[in-house]
Amino acid sequence: MDEIFSVFAVEAHEQLEAMEAGLLQLEQGDRDPETINGVFRAAHTIKGASGVVEITVVEKFTHVLENVLDRLRTNEIQVSGELISALLKGCDHIGALLDMVASGQMEADDDLKASGEAIADELRTYAGGAPSPAKSGLPGEHAGEVQRDGGGDHAITDCWHISIRFGRDVLKNGMDPLAFLRYLLSLGEIVHLTTLADAMPEADAMDPEACYLGFEINFRSHATKDQIENVFQFCRDECDLQILPPNSKVVDYIELISHLPEETMRLGEILVKSGALTQEELDEGLVLQQKAAVAAKAADEPAPQLGEILVEQKIVQPEIVEAAAVKQKQVSDKKAAEARLIRVQADKLDQLIDLVGELVIAGASANLLAQKSGQTTLVEATSVLSRLVENIRDSALQLRMVQIGETFTRFHRVVRDVSKEIGKELELSISGAETELDKSVVEKIGDPLMHLVRNAMDHGIEASTELRLQRGKPAAGHVGLNAYHDSGSIVIEVTDDGGGLPKEKIRNKAIERGLIQPTQVLTDQEIANLIFEPGFSTAEKVTNLSGRGVGMDVVKKNIAALRGTVEVQSVEEQGSKFIIRLPLTLAIIDGFLTSVAGSSYVIPLDLVVECIELKNISEDRDYLNLRGEVLPFVRLRELFEVESETPPRENVVVIQFQGQKAGIVVDHLLGEFQTVIKPLGTIFRHVRGIAGSTILGSGEVALILDVQSLVQRCASLEEQHAKAGTTKPKQLSST
Amino acid sequence: MSESSSTTDVGRLILSADLTIYNAIEAKNQLIDAVHTAQTLELDLAQVGEMDTAGFQLLVLAKRESQKLGRTLRIVAHSPAVREVIEFYNMVAFFGDPLVITAAERN
Repeated sequence: MDEIFSVFAVEAHEQLEAMEAGLLQLEQGDRDPETINGVFRAAHTIKGASGVVEITVVEKFTHVLENVLDRLRTNEIQVSGELISALLKGCDHIGALLDMVASGQMEADDDLKASGEAIADELRTYAGGAPSPAKSGLPGEHAGEVQRDGGGDHAITDCWHISIRFGRDVLKNGMDPLAFLRYLLSLGEIVHLTTLADAMPEADAMDPEACYLGFEINFRSHATKDQIENVFQFCRDECDLQILPPNSKVVDYIELISHLPEETMRLGEILVKSGALTQEELDEGLVLQQKAAVAAKAADEPAPQLGEILVEQKIVQPEIVEAAAVKQKQVSDKKAAEARLIRVQADKLDQLIDLVGELVIAGASANLLAQKSGQTTLVEATSVLSRLVENIRDSALQLRMVQIGETFTRFHRVVRDVSKEIGKELELSISGAETELDKSVVEKIGDPLMHLVRNAMDHGIEASTELRLQRGKPAAGHVGLNAYHDSGSIVIEVTDDGGGLPKEKIRNKAIERGLIQPTQVLTDQEIANLIFEPGFSTAEKVTNLSGRGVGMDVVKKNIAALRGTVEVQSVEEQGSKFIIRLPLTLAIIDGFLTSVAGSSYVIPLDLVVECIELKNISEDRDYLNLRGEVLPFVRLRELFEVESETPPRENVVVIQFQGQKAGIVVDHLLGEFQTVIKPLGTIFRHVRGIAGSTILGSGEVALILDVQSLVQRCASLEEQHAKAGTTKPKQLSST
Repeated sequence: MSESSSTTDVGRLILSADLTIYNAIEAKNQLIDAVHTAQTLELDLAQVGEMDTAGFQLLVLAKRESQKLGRTLRIVAHSPAVREVIEFYNMVAFFGDPLVITAAERN
């Protein structure tokens, strides 16, 4: 049951996104009826789906929203900023309700209810004079259930059949059948409608103010019979209304046909055409009717005429069959399109990737053994195998790839809202939306991106339009999102054409904060990147002063957690560009394999700058002179308390992370290695300096170093040294 | 009056008022007269701002009347309101006229 709800919530969220996108398009002046229809369909789908899974809160609320959209669709109301705002609020509320459902709660709490009511009321002002449908239109499911008895043949259709003949005076009384039928749309979908004007007399006798129309409607809906009847409440006394529930008995249809004033043959035809009955069912009707005729004869009554009608009916069969064939083809086409996408549970995918990881490891081990054995044929076989494994790995990782477009599109809404909120004219341009990256990365990049985009709008774009015009820029501030692939990583850019970073102020602030020395010479680039320093964050003062910097260190940290980097390029008075660089996937990386006392350690290859020999350094020193630069280093042997002889020759792997360099001293350098990252167990959660583990071809476990914490450790050691002088720190704490 | 004498080959009726219950009586007379006077009647409804069920009935009546007389009634231009009602009532095929969506409307 829970699964149904979560699937519902996921699908409804997708529809919501479509709705939101459509609404924003409408606001931007798109008057394509298809856009409005799209929004309406999305709302309708949500309503229908919530009805199916019986989440009435969502159904009721969406119903209100749908009414407004329907009026919009029929041009009864026009698009306006306020209307779109109200509708967007409605979308947000549905989103909140869906979140609630996803969390397993079935009823809204008071807050949510109150806000929902407020939004619904606002929407109802647009929905026009119709009685508030959420309140009166959806009575309980009790009285309406139509009896369905066993026995007899049932027509195979999931639609209601509504047959209505409006009374002569309906129009004179100020009611229009159109209005009723349109209102009917709020309950479901009219699959087929046939208008019957047979009751209209000759021109001379026809009263132009009388209503002569009748309708045969095939209606797909989850509503009850009561609800459908209520639609025609106001004209109920004046019209002849027949409602057949879905899957009614064929006899009921036949009865309906004979009951109606029009020629029975014509009606039979209409029923078949509108899909209420199939030819087969009519044939069955024929048999039944004949039986009835026999019975009637026995009772010495005139036989009903229906037999003839049904014989007539057979004449039109070919056409119907053809129509049915066309329709069937459409249905199967649609199904084929749906079949191209498969919804897969994320854990199953993760499991597959895990297995592929194991395969990579096993492949490496087979390769190793083959090489050791020296059998050429075996080596060849394993090399083919490892190529295939590589292909499988790539396609498995590809499965997790999603386009970044969806994440980007959300920002249309953000930009719109902020633009209204802070009164700046803003526009957003998106490019590279089709760029793909790992699903888990996409999920986690949302927040940092939001931060950067908000900052760009809030602080980047100049507050006054005059200033912009003076600088020769268009009045509307421009914020851009761009994504592209670049050598194994994905690059996301957030650009704005605002005032840029004020370098002098940042520099002064940094000096004040003690981040740099007054005498230090920094490039523009280095100054700009100062805004990511932790010391530069959170304080309101900094915002006012520099225009940027609130929580930038948090952004940087979040991105670093994804093994990514962020930097900023800025030209004063022209704008800034934030460049986020992320690895394509989190599961497999290129590593650099090293060893200390026989144990292997992996350092992410991207971070390795160079390797040098460690010589002429006494035991208690932990920094060296790298071409005139001081390079602090850590000895892994000491860090991890490995008790063994120090080999005569040690090596330093120089790594660079976030602009800081540090050395890691190891015994041996073993070279590049495809690393499948395996998380450490929860027991090792608190171990610092280790990011994960991997398995080598030989079956041994290698630890992946957490370079970030190592570099930070080096940096803080340096500081301590500067302050205290001699204390030599020992290993990292492990709990 | 004799029909043939007053009949022209192609007549054109441009309705510019709304086609609603409020002016249904006038509209009926106008339409039926027009059907009687022309062998082929071209009906221009591009100016009709609003049409309700009463108006729709009149169109059906006119079409039927002209069919009965063996004449032709063509609706050559639909306003959005007219088109919408005819489509809603699923009577496009009954009238058999092409529904033209102008470029201006699309935008």
